[in-house]
Formats: sequence, structure tokens, C-alpha cells
Amino acid sequence: MWILDRDLWSEIFATLGKNLFRTFLTMLGVIIAMIILVLLLGGANGMSNGFQKIFAGTASNSLFVWSQSTSEPYKGFERGRRIQFKLEDATILKEQIPEIEVLAPRIELGSHRGVVTVYRNGLTSGSAVYGDYPNIDEIMKKKLVEGRFLNENDMTESKKVCVIGEETYKLLFEKGEKAIGEDVRINGVFFNIVGIYKPNQNINIDGENSVYIPFSTFQKAFGSGDRMGWMAISVKSDAKVPVVESQIKRLLKNKYDINPIDERAIGSFDMSEVFNNVKAFTGVLQGVSFFVGILTLLAGVIAISNILLITVKERTKEIGIRRALGATPKVVKRQIVLESIVITVFAGFVGFAIAVGFLAIANNLIGDNSDMPFYNLMISIPQFLVSFILMVGLSVLIGLIPANRAIRIKPIDALREE
Amino acid sequence: MIQIKDLHKSYKMGKNSLHVLKGINFNVEEGELVAIMGSSGSGKSTLLNILGMLDSSDSGEYILDNVPIKDLNETKAARYRNKFLGFVFQSFNLINYKSAAENVALPLYYQKVPRKERQEKALKYLEQVGLKEWAGHLPSELSGGQKQRVAIARALAAEPKVLLADEPTGALDSKTSYEVMDLIQKINDAGNTILIVTHEPDIADMCKRIVHLKDGVIIEDKKIEQVRAEQYV
Repeated sequence: MWILDRDLWSEIFATLGKNLFRTFLTMLGVIIAMIILVLLLGGANGMSNGFQKIFAGTASNSLFVWSQSTSEPYKGFERGRRIQFKLEDATILKEQIPEIEVLAPRIELGSHRGVVTVYRNGLTSGSAVYGDYPNIDEIMKKKLVEGRFLNENDMTESKKVCVIGEETYKLLFEKGEKAIGEDVRINGVFFNIVGIYKPNQNINIDGENSVYIPFSTFQKAFGSGDRMGWMAISVKSDAKVPVVESQIKRLLKNKYDINPIDERAIGSFDMSEVFNNVKAFTGVLQGVSFFVGILTLLAGVIAISNILLITVKERTKEIGIRRALGATPKVVKRQIVLESIVITVFAGFVGFAIAVGFLAIANNLIGDNSDMPFYNLMISIPQFLVSFILMVGLSVLIGLIPANRAIRIKPIDALREE
Repeated sequence: MIQIKDLHKSYKMGKNSLHVLKGINFNVEEGELVAIMGSSGSGKSTLLNILGMLDSSDSGEYILDNVPIKDLNETKAARYRNKFLGFVFQSFNLINYKSAAENVALPLYYQKVPRKERQEKALKYLEQVGLKEWAGHLPSELSGGQKQRVAIARALAAEPKVLLADEPTGALDSKTSYEVMDLIQKINDAGNTILIVTHEPDIADMCKRIVHLKDGVIIEDKKIEQVRAEQYV
């Protein structure tokens, strides 16, 4: 196998080493190109990872549905009628729309986004108070700092327990004070704290300062009966959120005698749309990075080809001598193409190593900082392999230009005495 | 060893055609030491290039060691050169970033001789030209005569049928020239066939046969009493 031929390699390294400075300058283009490619890709990947981290815990295939007031008259009802969901709606929807995976009904104290005063030992906090089913955690994962989230047991036994937000904790407790097991008072009812959560700063649907209590407890404590405020719904992975969304709306409009063309009576928010937008954005970003990087790489490899062309011209005589001594055109061609590959691959690796170093430093600086939509900047193995194969492929193609020039040199012309 | 019959060669120079070789006929036996003489433009270099398969003839026959040399493509020519011929040039043509030993080993590399054997052979031939101690030196560290002796060692290393030397002493002073000729004579004494192109009569006199070219034809082909170079060294 010629690839293992030690002499071939020593020939190649001898010629490259003969003019180290020029070889280095030649490589610089590819080194920089590789750095740009890897940094761009790493940045784009980091952004993609960053968004993924931000969205972590929120089901991407989810939607939220809430009731508003009608904007169209229908069946003798005037416009402006306030719609009030009932708990049975949840059961009906789950039964009739099999695409629904999880449906978590919720009710809140006061009006929508209303604030209720929560008391503890003379300290107060204006918080949103929600009655929730424990399965809300499957749609919007709460990051708990301490304790636990609401569970089925709390529901069935209507326990007077609550999970509070970090903001609420800060208002109701001294710094470092133990909160788990303590009581807070809401509308004259005491609730025992079982958990403290940290809100996701980037996707925040519930507000910073919130208190969660079991739905059943809410019903009993505040006499809300079978009323339901809104629903968090996740759909099965093979279903499309917008399709389920319109199914749900049609069903609810029918049930509450709402004009089918009324767009305002039922509000909804499609979470998957946000996800898809972000995905499309980072996807485009990755594509553009790759394209720009590969073009830069091409420019770098062309520079190598150029220098090799000059080298071939300078080496006319040497190539002539080799030919006179019995080097076949194939041998000459192979040597020059291999020189091109060796320079490119070596430069590529150097650039790659430098860029990965930069990315590692950037990762270290960013760390877990969740304010930045960047996380774990790195290029993936397939990306690395594709760029690498492209780089070698380009270097072969472009190395053929000087190689063909070299074999056009006739030994007799090269050796002609001046 | 070499049979040439009615060899013609002309070069196209724009619209004009320059007839350089106008029917050359001559044979060289094994072990001969032939000087090809002639003024510039006589066609002697063209003849040597054709003999060396660096150039091709327009018509005529060329048989080297019973192998008809015709229809050469570059690859075939390179193989034949490597197998049959050793070259010595006026300007030495050593590869300047390779040591003397590496230069000598180069034709063996193209013969695919294993590395170790190549190094041994290179040293053996360097020893034969008296430069064994200089094996690791670069050409730039050698004198003109030494360079030419390295070039001769390189030509010998491939163990060719014929050694072709194009003005081997052209770039050397007369004392060094005689040293080189002494070496060439000794190589010839050992049985090697050697052709030398030269325009210096004293060098030609050190061969065994002189072929005189003028305007593309052989005007004289005579065997002579060889002058030994030793006495001038």
C-alpha cells in the first residue's frame, strides 16, 4: 500500500519542510477558515442548545386554552357574554379528542392574572394563587429549589398544602429561613408549604410570584364549585397542535353556544408555534454558518493550490530531474496531490483545535448562565466529519491543478541548460 | 547495445521546420566509451536526448539492449529511463535539499528498491566515487567536482545498461575535469557502456571512439587510442 510508504511521506515532508515559512503562510488561510467554520457552527449549535435549555421542562407540543367574553351575538345571546368553563369540560375534551395526551385544568383566585394577598407572620406578598392538578408538572416542569411539587395524594385528600415561588419566599421569609413545613394564609385559610420553585426566566406563563395549591383544595377552601379557569393541554407526539386546538375550540363553542365565527370568546396559545419558530431560526442559522464556513474553507484551499502552483514552477528543474531518474507522471502527480492534502488536513486540524479551544473557553465563561441563549457551544461529530471530508475532497480536487501542471513539465525542457 | 538506424528529427519553429538530425546511423557495443562531438547546433544534444528517451525521433529505429524503443508515452519512457539509463548532466542536477546519499538513492526509490538496500547501495556507489565520508552532506556543501561525482554515483546506482553524460566536464576546471574523466574511464574499465557528449577535444581523446556530428549527420566515426586521465590527476 503506497499510503504506508514511509519514503513517500518523507519525500512529502521534506518538500514541505524545505520552505517552512511559506508552508505556514499557506496553511494560515485554511487554519483561519477552519476556525471561522467551527466558531460559526459552534455558536449556532450553542444557540440551539441554549434555546433547548430554556425550553427544557415545557412540553413543546402543548397549548393553553382559556375563556374570554363573546364578540358576536349568537342564538339570542348578546355579545359581551362572559364564558365560564366548567370542570366537566376537561373530561369531555379528553373523551372526545383522543389526540390529547395530558389535560391539566386550572383555576385562579381573583380575576385572570389577579393578585391575592398572602400573609405570613405579618409579612405579605401579592401573589397569583392557582388551583392546579399535579399533572400540570408534565406540561410545565417546575424547577424545585426545595421540597416537592403537588401530588395525587394532595388532590384526593384535598390537603391544605402549597408550592410557592422563590419570589414569594423572599417576601414572606427572612433570608435563609426555613420555609418547608411553615404555613401561609390566603383568604383566611392556612396552607402548609411543601415546595419552593424557581421560575423559568425565559418562558414564564405563571408569573414570578405564584402559589400553587391542589385543585380540589381550592374548590373546598374558596367555594369555586365546578368552575375552571383555563387548561394546559399537551397533545400526543404524532398529532399537530393547531389541529387539536381548532377541535377543542369547535367543541367548546358548540357547548357554550358561541358563534362559530367568534374569534375572541375562547383564547388560546400554541406553544409549539414558538418552538417551531425557534427551531427554524436556529436551523437557518446553522445552515448559513455552514455555508459561510465552507466557502471560507474553499478560499483557504484555493490559496493552497495557488502556492503549490508557484512551488511547482519553482520546482520545474527538480521535477525534471526526478522524471529523468525514472519518476512516472503518476508518482509526480500523487506527490503533489498528497502535499496539498497534507497541508490542508494539518492546517484543518490546527484550526479545529484552536477553534475548539475558543469554544471551550466561551463555554466556561457562559457556564450555566441562563440569561444567555447560549449553552454548550460545540460542533457535532457529523458536522465535524462533513467539514472534514469536504476539506479533504476540496484539497484533492484543487491539488490536481498544480499536479497536472507538474506532469506537463517535460524533463527535456526542465533540464535544458541555460 | 545501441542500434540506431536512419534517425530523423526536426523541430517546428513557427512556420519553419528545423531539420536537426538528418538520418543518423550508428551502433554502440557493450563496454564502449563513445564521445559524441560537434559544434553547437550540430544535433549532438538532440541525439543524446533521443537516446535518453527525453525526446522522441520523427522517424528511424532505436533499439536499446534488444528492446525497440518506440511508441513511448511518458510513463513508459520513465520506466525505461529508470531501467536502462543513467544520466550525468553538465550542471549536475542534484536535488539541493537532499544529502549526497539521498540523491544517489533516488533512482532506486523509483525502482521500488527497499529502503535499507537503497541506503546500502547509495553508500557503496558513493564509496566507488570516493565520497563515502560526504554521504550526509548537502550538494551546497560540495565542490563542483564532488557534485559531479555524486551525480555519477547516482547514475550508476540504478545499474543502467548505458550511461549518458551531457558535457559532464562542461562546468569544471581542467584538473577537476580530468579527475571526473578518470572516474568515468574506471567505470568504463569495469564494463559499463558510456556515451559522452562534449565539444572539448581533450575530453573526447580520453574516450575509445569519437563520433563527429555536423549539421545533423555523422561526418566521422573513428576508434582511437584512449588517453588515460590518470596521468593528469
